[in-house]
Amino acid sequence: MLTISTATRDAIVAHAKRDHPDEACGIVAGREGSDRAERVVEMINAAGSPTFYEFDSGELLALYKEMWAKDEEPVVIYHSHTATEAYPSRTDIGLASEPGAHYVLVSTRAHGNSEGPVEFRSYRIIDGEVTEEEVQVTDAPPHQPNEHTNESE
Amino acid sequence: MAIEVRIPTILRTYTNGEKSVEASGATLTALIDDLEANHPGLKDRLLETKSDGDGEAKIDLRRFVNLYVNDEDVRFTGGLETALNDGDQVVVLPAVAGGCS
Repeated sequence: MLTISTATRDAIVAHAKRDHPDEACGIVAGREGSDRAERVVEMINAAGSPTFYEFDSGELLALYKEMWAKDEEPVVIYHSHTATEAYPSRTDIGLASEPGAHYVLVSTRAHGNSEGPVEFRSYRIIDGEVTEEEVQVTDAPPHQPNEHTNESE
Repeated sequence: MAIEVRIPTILRTYTNGEKSVEASGATLTALIDDLEANHPGLKDRLLETKSDGDGEAKIDLRRFVNLYVNDEDVRFTGGLETALNDGDQVVVLPAVAGGCS
């Protein structure tokens, strides 16, 4: 099960809507071993594409070095699908390389950049095997409600 | 000649769970051969054989594996021929990527 705060969920959804029709991507870092998704880091989609995403290689290294320095790990790795359902594609499954992470998929196909509900689903992807898991959104976030969790802006 | 190589989570099955290992080599190619000698199987996860268009096979870094030497992506520093020196830091990171199909 993925447990995530309302603020973190909303930040991911807002990023996906903003970048629609391109795929948005990022991570939520948390203390190593805690399974707590605490720090949203929006990443640039270096592919700049409606059908593909890839973290920029320089940003990727900077991100991991920062996490190592803070004893963090990627608790959530998220990206959006903009014309298809929020389910991992064959490419997503083939390239998934963080067996400990929750892979969150958001689909913006229904409302695009506009207000309205989105599909928000979470999966484990281990050795090519996909397992969907429950998403529990809690209103007791680790951050104050008015604190910006998005540090990349 | 000791070079620290940072290993990502998904490849630590080859390093007995170690986050980083030491290896040696004057170039990345040599370093990867040295890694392979001590951690069999690792090389195949980093390199692949590609056709260069003339029908000749060429060994290169896998498309979705990133290698950095002292924070520089080796795709911009000479690829597998990138020269290494004692004390250099090498980081291996799988790309974070995907798509809708």
